[in-house]
Amino acid sequence: MAVATAKKWRLSKRETQNLITGLLFVSPWLLGFLLWTLYPLISSAYYSFTRYDLVRPPIWIGLDNFREIFTDDPRFWTVVYNTFYYVGISVPLGVVVAFLMASLLNTKLVLRSTFRAIFYIPSIVPAVCSAMVWLFIYNNQYGVINNLLRAAGQPIIPFLSSVEWAKPSLIVISLWAQGTAVVIFLAALQDVPRSLYEAATVDGANALHRFWHITIPMCSPIILYNLVMSLIGAFQTFLMPYLLTNGGPMASTEFYAMNLYRQAFEFFRMGKACALAWIMAIVVAILTAILFRTSGRWVFYGGGER
Amino acid sequence: MSTATQTMPSVERVVTPGKYTFGRIMPEALKYFIVITLAISYAFPLYWMISSALKDDPQVYRIPPVLVPNPAHWENFINAWKSDNFTLYTFNSVFRYAVPYTLFTLLSSSVVAYGFSRIRWPGRDKLFYLCIGTMLIPYTVTMVPLFIIFKHLRWVGTYLPMIVPALFGNAFFIFMLRQFFMTLPEELSEAARIDGASELGIFFRIILPLAKPALAVVALFAFMGTWNDYLGPLIYINKYTMYPLALGIQKLRAMMSQVGNAPLAYPYLMAVSTIAAAPIIIIFFFAQRTFIEGIALTGLKG
Repeated sequence: MAVATAKKWRLSKRETQNLITGLLFVSPWLLGFLLWTLYPLISSAYYSFTRYDLVRPPIWIGLDNFREIFTDDPRFWTVVYNTFYYVGISVPLGVVVAFLMASLLNTKLVLRSTFRAIFYIPSIVPAVCSAMVWLFIYNNQYGVINNLLRAAGQPIIPFLSSVEWAKPSLIVISLWAQGTAVVIFLAALQDVPRSLYEAATVDGANALHRFWHITIPMCSPIILYNLVMSLIGAFQTFLMPYLLTNGGPMASTEFYAMNLYRQAFEFFRMGKACALAWIMAIVVAILTAILFRTSGRWVFYGGGER
Repeated sequence: MSTATQTMPSVERVVTPGKYTFGRIMPEALKYFIVITLAISYAFPLYWMISSALKDDPQVYRIPPVLVPNPAHWENFINAWKSDNFTLYTFNSVFRYAVPYTLFTLLSSSVVAYGFSRIRWPGRDKLFYLCIGTMLIPYTVTMVPLFIIFKHLRWVGTYLPMIVPALFGNAFFIFMLRQFFMTLPEELSEAARIDGASELGIFFRIILPLAKPALAVVALFAFMGTWNDYLGPLIYINKYTMYPLALGIQKLRAMMSQVGNAPLAYPYLMAVSTIAAAPIIIIFFFAQRTFIEGIALTGLKG
């Protein structure tokens, strides 16, 4: 170690050789990072201060885009409300449901891998196929649920065409298509050492105690991971509302990413779209940072492996 | 590195064998009731897609709904397929998008993952954290500036904006492959280095052949990602003749609703959706372990 510290600034011939080879191997990614990540990020920050319609060159307008977004665009606050409604319900609910489903699958269960497959497959079929099926299921006239209601003489539920129902209907779809989280949780649950449960049982802990004091703490790093990933994902929800409701009715399902897409590719307001993107990125970054900051209180990193 | 890749060491609850008392059977019954209810509701939409593909219009409109279509109209699949140029769309999905993307990704991501795992060099791990950190950047932030870049390159209207970046590696797949490469013993490389093999030689002749299972996972996910992709083609593809299957399905839906309620609109839509979902579901059943282990790997090592 002492030798290594002394030589900190002078690499041996072997080390220099390794550095060059290593950099050569990762150079595709490094170049791609500069071209497809760093440069877009910087240019997007620049465009957010301009007016740009792709035809004429961008014109510097300072903070005008941001001022318009915050004070002069009534749609923006509707979209923010819609997005927080959707994220605030679908993310916590999704993580809890996925964790409970994984816990069920982790018990002694006949046909466990069949059940796992049933829960997982909805998350891998093409989103456009899922969209078509749900469009059909939720249909006011021919949808299966409304047909059953009609057969029972009940009033129909306007799943996608009423302001009250549209958002919950989309949240149901997000809960249906989250098999990935279930599979990740299941793998985490299977890694919890069995000896812990045995010891707790000997000490007289019941199933609920074991779940609360062993299962959840031992899986907390993965809970945090799934929470962060689904938070980032939920903020960018685009396809389902785009295909099922196209933002309607009365903009009640126009979420943030959709509004951004519209600004860019329907109204060709590239500058405003970039400003919107940066606002979202900053909000998501703050929320993720809060999650990580507060995670120290509830996330348990055992075994010192991390 | 733990051996978390070997999943399925079935960890069951500690249940001591004993009499079947009421207190023991009830939780079991309740558990099965919940699991089966969940399974039915999760399986229902896809069941509904397949069964509705086989219906005629009266069966679609009947109240109460028809659960098992009788007679089943298998010809719907052929007629729906012929109602638009779906063969061309499928060709585009596979040969213009999925295959080049998957090949490019396999090559580039494995080369980069090798540099991040099998060679020791100063700054390597810091750069690697930067690489996986990019996965946290919302795509919406780079979506617009990337479009502007590709517009200037005159690539809009082609698949190049979606497949060329694959030549530069994908953080997610680099991460997956690196995790796998780290598990291979260092002695393999050392022995080859003593024999005078170059790093490129070690990569191609020793590491890649051993990494086949991991490469299969990457190929699977890359193919699935492109086959399912909607947003990329939505932004960049603007001619019907270039449409992938995903956009073709939406086009059929638009056609069907344009003429009011076209005859067999829903059965046709469900038939085409079934055909588009079938390869994914079939691949899943053949490669279930690969899927589950790949997914589990990304979460556990995160």
